[in-house]
This record gives sequence, structure tokens and C-alpha cells, in this order.
Amino acid sequence: MAVTADKGRCLRCGGCVGVCPVAALRLTEHGIECSSKCTGCSACVQFCPVGALRLSGGKD
Amino acid sequence: MIEIPKEVDVLVVGMGPGGSGAAKRCAELGLKVLGVEKRAEIGAPKRCGEAISRHGMLDRIGIKPEGQWIMQEVCGAIVYAPNGKSVRVDYKGPEGWIVERKLFDKHLAALAANAGARVLAKVEAKNFRRNDGKVTAELEYEGGRHEVTAKIVIAADGVESMVARELGVNTSNKLVDICVGAQFEMAGVKGLTNLIEFYFGNDASPGGYVWVFSKGNGTANVGIGVRKPWAKKTALEYLEDWVRSQPRFRDASILEVNAGGVPVGGFLESNVADNLMVVGDAAHHVNPIHGGGIPEAYMAGKIAAEVAAEAVKKGDFSKKFLKKYDERWNRERGGSLKKILKLREVMESMSDDDLNWLVEYLKGDDLVELSRGNSGFARLAKILMKKPKLMKLARKLV
Repeated sequence: MAVTADKGRCLRCGGCVGVCPVAALRLTEHGIECSSKCTGCSACVQFCPVGALRLSGGKD
Repeated sequence: MIEIPKEVDVLVVGMGPGGSGAAKRCAELGLKVLGVEKRAEIGAPKRCGEAISRHGMLDRIGIKPEGQWIMQEVCGAIVYAPNGKSVRVDYKGPEGWIVERKLFDKHLAALAANAGARVLAKVEAKNFRRNDGKVTAELEYEGGRHEVTAKIVIAADGVESMVARELGVNTSNKLVDICVGAQFEMAGVKGLTNLIEFYFGNDASPGGYVWVFSKGNGTANVGIGVRKPWAKKTALEYLEDWVRSQPRFRDASILEVNAGGVPVGGFLESNVADNLMVVGDAAHHVNPIHGGGIPEAYMAGKIAAEVAAEAVKKGDFSKKFLKKYDERWNRERGGSLKKILKLREVMESMSDDDLNWLVEYLKGDDLVELSRGNSGFARLAKILMKKPKLMKLARKLV
């Protein structure tokens, strides 16, 4: 599983990183990066204040 | 690139108010301290309504409200119930200020630098590991990278903190415990005064509230906080809907769009590990009723710095020694913030009808006392006892 951010929408607030239970997300100067630790729990997607995150299924 | 130190007593990660509070106090106490900020500009982008109370400014941060960063004096507040009825409190003079975070945060960082701290923006610290009783981290900056070794790391890296998690304190928030925020900084807003405005209602802002904080000259921060699982749309959609519903914004402009998560759900058991102390948003140091965190972060930073100075003197950077920071924070702030958390839990259990009813009984001064966690709990409990359905909630407060 992996999360991708719509770069046009993402405001880089980093709140999604704060709700990720497995520390899979990271806020960098390029935006949100998702590592292979992602379990697909979707907490970040539900959190996102601007609806910028999408979960893509299967193995990354 | 200017030279970056390779060995310090304290590495502060994140130069918001918590980091600046820590770095300044470390420097004052004679420690060699480096404060790094991964963003290119300290204080931007803001994730904040920019309001600070008088008590927070003068006592917790300890600075005079003078400078370009003061946008507006706050001389009272008005709180609207879902049905539009309101409670209002007026003061004779300013009881708080709306600041410009871009300028304010930089001012705090400059105070830290003037005290002797080294402050560097656009430097990211990562890959923390313990090594021979100290911590080594990689500093990545424009044009290079190198390692820095610190006796103590103060993690002030915000809601997205990774430093604490890398060094053994799990700072992650449960979804229900984080307030989802969106904000427009607007211009051309009608009807602004020196009162800060709050709007409650489970339809318009489930689990949170809407705020309108004037910044002077017809500009204002117009923001919303909502919480899952109650919120069914994004925070930005709730904000857009609310702004559209208010005629005073019809011709207004949008100068900034902000978003962020506010950790309002309570406090971590411990904010220390070997060589590590966590402060500010990263440590969930936020007033759980209104979400304000600037003075909380700054004060936690100061306490962490004072414990760091003791630790350096003793040569003891163990979790056991740094527990002093937990103990001091609990004593000086934790107790009253935990009480306020209970109040928030009571408030969010109330329906719109309950809130409409409550506003009839509350006075402006009650609101202020309640939000500060000073007193007023017994009075609120007494009011809630009048309504049989709310008696159970009332008991939570006493």
C-alpha cells in the first residue's frame, strides 16, 4: 500500500505525518513521501484538511 | 555555505516558538546550542489563527507586545451558539494580541540567536542514532551534508515530528485526537472589531469551532477546526461552506490558504528518552479547549533547556535524569491542561440544543475562566445539573 499526495492541493501542513501510526510518512521540501511501511490504514487520507491524499492498493 | 558546528551540547530541531524558547534558554545558560529549521523561512507557512493571550505573551513567553509583528489588540471575545445567540466579554484594555507569525517566529528566533544560539534555516536533521552516550544526526542543507553530535536533542519539530519517533518517543496522534484545521486569511471583511469571534455548531464545525480573528485593516484569519469521526467533509469544504453562508464575506478576498492538524487529544505519558526531550506540538502541548499552543510550546522549551543545562553539568543524559522535564512540565502546566481536556470532552458531548440552552446561563467571564482552566468548573457543573440529561456530564467536571 502507498499514499500519494496531489501536489496541486497539498499545503504541506504535515498533519498526516502526525496521525500515521507506523511512521510511514515524511514531510519533505517536495511534499509528502510515503515509505513501504504503509499499512493502508487511511488515517492520513481521512485527516487531510484539503482532500489531497489518495491510497493506492496492492504492493508499492 | 557558512560553517555549521559539528559538536554541540544541545541540538534543537524545529525553530517554531518551542524551538526558539529552548534555544534561547540554552544559550542563556551557557550551553553550545544549534537550532535548525528545515523550512526555508522560519514562521511560514503558518498553521495557526495567530492569537496569543496577555498571560501567554507576558508570563509564559516573557516578551513585551511591541514590534511589527503585532497586528491587532484583542479587547474581548464573543462566542456564538448554534442558534446565533451569543455571550460576550469586554475588557478595558488588551487581553491578547493577534500576531503575524512570519514576523513573530522570526523575532523569537532572533532573540535566541542574540542570546548566543546558532540558528540555521533550511537545514534538515535526519537519521538520528545514539552513539557512545550521545546522539549523532545528519544535517542536510543546500550544497551539502555533514554529521553533528549532540549530548541532548530537543525535538520541537511540530505535529509531523519524526525526531522523537526515531529516538524512541511515539508522538503519533490517534485520528480522533487531532483537530483538522483550515483557514483563509482574508481581506475586505466587514464588521470586524477588536473582539475575537467564535462560532459553535455541530453542523457547521463538528467537534470544533469557527474563528474570526481580526488582523486590522479589514483583514482577518477566518478558520475552522473539525474532528473525525464527526466531520463528513474535508476541513476546507466546511470552511468554504461556512464562509459562503455569511454575507459579510461576500466581497472579501483570500490572501492565504492554510491548513494543519492540532493535537488537542491529550498528553503523552512521557516526553523524554535517553538524550531526548520533546516540546510543543510534537509533544501535544496544546490547550485542548481552544487549540492554542504558542505559549505552551515556548514554556516547555524553556523548561527543557533548564533541564538540559542541569544534565550537561552532571554529565547525565539518561532518560532517568531527563524525567525531571516531565515532572516540571506536569507540575507547571500539565495539571491545568489536563483539567481543560476534561472540559473539552464535556463540551463535545453536547448537542446543538444543549449548547443553545447553555449560552443562556453563561457569562463572558465564565468563558475566560474556563478556557484558562482557572476556575468556573464548579459553576459550569452547577449549570449543567439543571438539565437532567446533562447531569452525568456535570459530574465529570467536579
